[in-house]
Amino acid sequence: MEIKEFLENFVNQFEETDPSLIKPETIFRDLEEWGSMSVLSIIAMADEEYGVELEPEDFKKAQTVQDLFEIIKSKKG
Amino acid sequence: MAFIKAISYVLPDKIVSNEELVKEFPEWTVDKIANKVGVNNRHIVKENETATNLAIKAAEKLFEDHPEIKKEDIDFIILCTQSPDYFLPTSACIIQDKLGLPTSCGAFDFNLGCSGYIYGLAIAKGLIAGGIATNILLLTAETYTKHLHPKDKGNRTIFGDAATATIVSTEGWAEIEDFSLGTDGRGAENLIVKTGGMRNPEKVNDLEFDENGNPISSDYLFMNGAKIFTFTQKNVPLVVKDCLEKNHLSMEDINLVIFHQANSYMLEFLRNKMKIPKEKFFINMAEIGNTVSNSIPIALADAKLQGLIPANFTSQNSQTNAFNILLTGFGVGYSWGACILKVNS
Repeated sequence: MEIKEFLENFVNQFEETDPSLIKPETIFRDLEEWGSMSVLSIIAMADEEYGVELEPEDFKKAQTVQDLFEIIKSKKG
Repeated sequence: MAFIKAISYVLPDKIVSNEELVKEFPEWTVDKIANKVGVNNRHIVKENETATNLAIKAAEKLFEDHPEIKKEDIDFIILCTQSPDYFLPTSACIIQDKLGLPTSCGAFDFNLGCSGYIYGLAIAKGLIAGGIATNILLLTAETYTKHLHPKDKGNRTIFGDAATATIVSTEGWAEIEDFSLGTDGRGAENLIVKTGGMRNPEKVNDLEFDENGNPISSDYLFMNGAKIFTFTQKNVPLVVKDCLEKNHLSMEDINLVIFHQANSYMLEFLRNKMKIPKEKFFINMAEIGNTVSNSIPIALADAKLQGLIPANFTSQNSQTNAFNILLTGFGVGYSWGACILKVNS
């Protein structure tokens, strides 16, 4: 899996955020639109796009979009 | 053999619309709630109205809607609720008296949430199979809104109150087939009201707000949405698979799928994950909300009213000459269950 494609999938989970504001190094929790529903939609996206079941704990381990990408990539094996 | 003979339901009169919620939570918009949660309106009980009141209304409505069903024929009352009037006595005993049902009725409550209707059907089928009862009044009644903190935006958009009444009998329009049930108490803390029971009888006033501004308190309903989401993601496909296997059916043999109406986002996710065709998948929560153990019987009653469940059915599939309905409930506990209803030609 590629970071470019993951970034696109990640950006698609947000409705009000300017896509150019979301980069691999972005701290996702700092996004104004970030909320409890964002966690659900990223868990759903990881399942639908990569067949990976993310746990809520995985979000605690991650700071940036890149971190989430690495977690999904390692779970995908 | 056990059958569903009739279903009726009631919703409280008071309605809370998205327009009203947006006044309290200006950071949200009407469209955002409708799109994300899939609910426009939810019905809420008045302060002095309880789940037992609603259950009695639902049963009265059932006897009105179905004059062929006589009160004197009822020989068992089962109430599924997590909002009883008292620690004791059992609400089902109070309901027997208020409805004027025979004193020869058996009656008890059981405490389950979103999986409750499936368990109720399982218990009722068991009572009939054991020759213990013949006409069971299965009630579900829930008032989760009484447990919600006023600032709990997420749960206030999702939950609504309701009650339903079902007659499970030796004859009826839908035969209750085989079940798959399950439990994982490790999830208990992820959907919980911690105080008010014997473990913590007194309120502890420990309200705090999480990083997203949601209130967290032992004295109100707490739901860890992400944990519940991953629980359903893992378990619902498994219980559906197990239920289909036990009934010797495949998803192609199923004509109508009714899941617990949790929230439309989760339902759509599960539908996609399990590749269930849209036209088979019933969603009716927009004007009702998530009514916990009531959601499946309400959906079943609505699907029947809308003519989605035929009275007479002839299948093009010679393998299963019946209209098969898959019911699946999942949630607080964790507890889950699925079963098949068969509408014969």
